[in-house]
Amino acid sequence: MFGNSVRGDWILLLVFSVVVLTLPITLAPIGAAYPDLLQKFAIFGLFAIGFNILFGLTGYLSFGHAAFLGVGSYASVWVFKLFTMDVLPAVMFSILIAGIFALVIGYVSLRRSGIYFSILTLAFAQMSYNLAYSVLTPLTNGETALQIRQLAPADRGPDYVLNLLDEDLRLVDQMFGVVEHGIPITNLFSLKMSGYPGFYFCAVLLIIGFFIAMRISRSNFGMMLRAIKSNQTRLNYTGINTRPYLLAAFVISGMYAGLAGASMAVTDPLAGAERMQWTASGEVVLMTILGGVGTLLGPVLGAAIIKYFENIFSSINTGILENLFSFLPSGLQEVFVVVVGMFVGSGWHLTLGLLFMIIVIFLPGGMMEGFARLFGLFRRNKNDPAAPAAASGEAATETSREQKTSGEG
Amino acid sequence: MAMLEVADVNKSFGGLHALSAVNLTVKEGAVHAIIGPNGAGKSTLLNCFVGRLVPDSGTVMFNGTSLIGMNPYEINQTGVARVFQTPEIFEDLSLIDNVMIPAFAKADGAFRLNAWRHVGSRTKIRAKAEHALEDVGLADQRNLVCSSLSRGDKRRLELAMCLIQDPKLLLLDEPTAGMSRADTNATIDLLKKIGERGITKVIIEHDMHVVFSLASTISVLAQGTFIAEGTPEEIKGSRVVQEAYLGGEQE
Amino acid sequence: MDAIFLQFLNGLDKGGAYALIALGLTLAFGTLGIVNFAHGALFMLGAFCAVAFNKLINLDQVVLDPVLKTAWGTPIEIRTPYVETWFGDFGAFLINYSVPMSILLVIPFMLLVGVVMERGLIKHFYNRPHADQILVTFGLAIVLQEIVKHYFGANPIPQPAPDIVSGSANIGLWLGLGENVVYPWWRLVYFGFSAFVIFSVFAFLQFTTFGMVVRAGMRDRETVALMGINIERRFTIVFGLAAVVAGLAGAMYTPILPPDYHIGMDFLVLSFVVVVVGGMGSLGGAVAAGFLLGILQSFASMNEVKSLFPGIDQIIIYLVAVVILLVRPRGLLGRKGVMED
Repeated sequence: MFGNSVRGDWILLLVFSVVVLTLPITLAPIGAAYPDLLQKFAIFGLFAIGFNILFGLTGYLSFGHAAFLGVGSYASVWVFKLFTMDVLPAVMFSILIAGIFALVIGYVSLRRSGIYFSILTLAFAQMSYNLAYSVLTPLTNGETALQIRQLAPADRGPDYVLNLLDEDLRLVDQMFGVVEHGIPITNLFSLKMSGYPGFYFCAVLLIIGFFIAMRISRSNFGMMLRAIKSNQTRLNYTGINTRPYLLAAFVISGMYAGLAGASMAVTDPLAGAERMQWTASGEVVLMTILGGVGTLLGPVLGAAIIKYFENIFSSINTGILENLFSFLPSGLQEVFVVVVGMFVGSGWHLTLGLLFMIIVIFLPGGMMEGFARLFGLFRRNKNDPAAPAAASGEAATETSREQKTSGEG
Repeated sequence: MAMLEVADVNKSFGGLHALSAVNLTVKEGAVHAIIGPNGAGKSTLLNCFVGRLVPDSGTVMFNGTSLIGMNPYEINQTGVARVFQTPEIFEDLSLIDNVMIPAFAKADGAFRLNAWRHVGSRTKIRAKAEHALEDVGLADQRNLVCSSLSRGDKRRLELAMCLIQDPKLLLLDEPTAGMSRADTNATIDLLKKIGERGITKVIIEHDMHVVFSLASTISVLAQGTFIAEGTPEEIKGSRVVQEAYLGGEQE
Repeated sequence: MDAIFLQFLNGLDKGGAYALIALGLTLAFGTLGIVNFAHGALFMLGAFCAVAFNKLINLDQVVLDPVLKTAWGTPIEIRTPYVETWFGDFGAFLINYSVPMSILLVIPFMLLVGVVMERGLIKHFYNRPHADQILVTFGLAIVLQEIVKHYFGANPIPQPAPDIVSGSANIGLWLGLGENVVYPWWRLVYFGFSAFVIFSVFAFLQFTTFGMVVRAGMRDRETVALMGINIERRFTIVFGLAAVVAGLAGAMYTPILPPDYHIGMDFLVLSFVVVVVGGMGSLGGAVAAGFLLGILQSFASMNEVKSLFPGIDQIIIYLVAVVILLVRPRGLLGRKGVMED
């Protein structure tokens, strides 16, 4: 679509940035232009981009990625509590911690491949989740979730027992004389990260994240990752040591998850263990699949779509449905309300599950493949009826150079 | 000068002695064919060279270094490349990518975190890859995805992937199996052409036409051990070899 | 000593549930080569069969008492289940035994679910990558869960065990271990039941012609198909059987743990770990690992152990799985080369 040239990449990045930054305007007609939701688009977009670097490029399906998200959130909130409400240190610290965490888990899990790898990552994530609720309560505050609290009193006597879960220190902030009473809001160089500034902060992170993912995907490293997915045996006999490549991909994607977790903490400084549960890992898999595995734009698209429909569908209640079907005769109206009611409101997950199955069954390449098929259909009709079907499975992946060169030429 | 020296290699699977006390010396620059009836242990032997199998005992020395216990990628880095019996290529990548990957492996080593530079900016490697595709006659299809290639083309591609690394030793496992006569002859010509570069080759092959067209030395493996070795003429006339083949069939 | 014995017992019922789910997972994997993430949902469906059966049998008729009035002067409602009206004491007996009786509903229902699932969905995924199989069955699990949630709500629904086994058995006295060793009757029943089901499945596979074909098919599908045997149909039935086993495990577990819609997922994750520890594709391994891990988990939750290794009870199963996968990837009893690497 945008070619494979360096120039094409810059155009893609430019278009992507413009689209992301103008979302508050362009999404207004569909009722999605408010910061809370837009932030979610950006945060889960980051999460999915990172996940795609592992799953999309190498084919290694991790079922424990939410653990890194959770770790990132906890790390950020701790930085807020102990040092400063400024977001940059928290974000960097979270990426670092998530990276180290991913290094350890990846080092062990990557000794196996296929379904064993999936189960190992799942096992590690469940361990983290269970521990966060039990022994690690002094670090995670268990079910109450780790939160920003009021400052501990300044004149603490020698007998004062500091409880860091219930009171904060914010040493750096205090050093600079920033003393807020009550519960403060995160800030970037004293710009408050609530509402639109919060969204723009996440949006910029998303654009940077997208740019990095694009560079990785086009680089040597990305090529090797794709080769791992394609034929690991051959790669071994070609003189490539695949494990460090895989580990690097795993750590990078863990760092993305950590960054996403940090962004969550920035927009809402609260970290709970449920973020690490395996259903949360399943959600990111879903986003990536829905958008298109192995493509650059797919994961972001998938994340946005799922978060948008989650928001819309789960807010629909019986009253709205009755209004919606009020044009029908009363008997029919009730039937419609009951049937459609199964799929909306708290039944939104049912819709999600069905959607997910449909995508896996009929469109394994996700929406990007769908677009490519439509595009191919359109082009074939228009120009050259004998052109090779661009609708083959590879059409959606970034590797199919044939399509690109013919597109350029 | 001996490039590959195999001494006293044994390998058994359960009760089956696939290789017993195998000795083999491949001279530098030679085209050394290994022939033998089915189940003689030819592929097992080759697998012991590249690290897929570890022999129970014995040594495999390549230019003075032992290959035993090394990982496949380490063995490749010392200059041994292998063409498989069924083509092992990157099916869903393009032909040019398929050839560039081994070129990178040769240029950058077993691991290099090069995640920022665009692949397209490595023009030298790309030119080299295109040249390698030209050598095997696949340059026109360089941007196709490999899964659409015919089996014969896949094999030629795999050969190009090995040749681009300028290996010191090339191992070929039945390079013409399942090919038509015309394709076989084309492959023979190709192998003769690359023979001019002086790459040492070990070929496992059933097709005697291929063996006698290419080989400078032939070793005959039967029931896990070498029973004869010599020039093509010597092997043609050898009674031992005829018995091994014919006798094996009569039983 | 008593405490250790008690923990051993405590592990048996949970181990039984793990073993039954893992057995079904292994049957599906060994025969069809399918990694079924919806298997936990089948366990959950079985549990809700018991719930539905209980509701059905308790459907009642409301009669206003002609004489007695409440303090507010309204007549007292007398609720009599229809089965009691119709069958008298036998009806009361049915209600009392609703959980074990629900098996009669579970078997045909789960068989149907299993066969429909295999023919309608799984069949199309034989030749797709394992990742796709995981994903599609994961989606199916969500769907099944949400349907159950829609009809039964999100809260756990407790199910009573029959009166006769509602108390605790004084095992200590029988074995001369002291009075403190008591153990709920129903858990003993569950252990016995799971042992019985496991035994039946093995006997079925070992001693019937059908089982022999299936076992042969697990080893080498193509050869069996070449012999002119319709292996596909048999595998469909095996998948149905796996669903029945999971359903039975779920239905009988309801008095121990009140089921909610995501009970299946909780068990599934653990059961996959069990399968991996036992050895992918090994039926004996699945059963052995199920009991082993159930008992291990129960030991890990002893206070003495927890004080030594805080939090160990939360992670022991996963920890064992990680160690097994790294040290012996084919699992405890797995055959060499099955999904190994």
